[in-house]
Amino acid sequence: MDAFVFLVSAAIVLTGALGVLTSRNPVHAALFLVQTLFGVAVLFVLQDATFLAAVQVIVYAGAVVILFLFVIMLLGVDRAEDLGVEPIVGQRPLAAAIGASLMGLLLTLLLVATDGPTGAPGRTAPLGDAADNTRRLGEALFTGHVFAVELTALLLTVAVVGAVVLARTVKGPLQPLPVVVVATATDPLEVPAESQPGVEIDVEIDAGSQPGIETGSEDGGGDT
Amino acid sequence: MVVTTSWYLALGAVLFSLGAVGLLTRRNPLIMFMCVELMLNAVNLTFVSLGADLGDLGGQLSVFFVLVVAAAEVVVGLAIIVAIMRRRQGATVDDLSVLGG
Repeated sequence: MDAFVFLVSAAIVLTGALGVLTSRNPVHAALFLVQTLFGVAVLFVLQDATFLAAVQVIVYAGAVVILFLFVIMLLGVDRAEDLGVEPIVGQRPLAAAIGASLMGLLLTLLLVATDGPTGAPGRTAPLGDAADNTRRLGEALFTGHVFAVELTALLLTVAVVGAVVLARTVKGPLQPLPVVVVATATDPLEVPAESQPGVEIDVEIDAGSQPGIETGSEDGGGDT
Repeated sequence: MVVTTSWYLALGAVLFSLGAVGLLTRRNPLIMFMCVELMLNAVNLTFVSLGADLGDLGGQLSVFFVLVVAAAEVVVGLAIIVAIMRRRQGATVDDLSVLGG
């Protein structure tokens, strides 16, 4: 029974991971990611880690993937990506070689170590069964690891503040523009400045205090 | 057939490698983030498996903290992606070499 559940959920996990890798649309990739996360949650249940299985579904599938989908929809990047072109020559064969060697290395380590993982069974925090997993985890977190829990609270606060600061829209003239955007923005302004007789006319109308043409004359003066 | 710890560890290794390959091949920053999540999940699976094998709660405690750090990382990373995409629509990570300074 355990083997059947393991094999089915392993198939779910691996097909989901392959879907994330190969899907052109980011929305499809996010849904495949949900599939993988559910498979991992089933494997957690299989190992009596019931609290982590619930947290996996709630936090990962419920919050993180929804955050991904929010960003995808917000940016409007839910269009298909062209996977046919290879931006860097030889990148994909190299990545496949690195991935295959990584997988081979890890699996070889597992197969060579026939005795399985070594180490002493824990004495300080024994693993209970599935029924009191949550109680034991809570006791361990809030007695022995209280300082780390407080640090994670600090980390989450910093992350929230950082996200708000990074994603806010800055108004006013102080907003720094990237170099590429500045170069494209000045292109249409240079077109009227190229006509040389227009410069003097602009200066004359400048006395009439029209702000739109005023900038045009400044650009023409700076260009010549 | 008895499911031993090695089965879980092998599955974690394969999942980690798939995530690494995706991180190296894909150019969309959002999908690269998803591949990082795959790798984190592989490590979480390994932690829980080894914790169950040794009868220790430490593996599950580690997974708890990994979850919190992963959530914070996703929040900050997605905020950076939003800030970049506002300036340059449809930017891939190849276009972001200007961030090198």
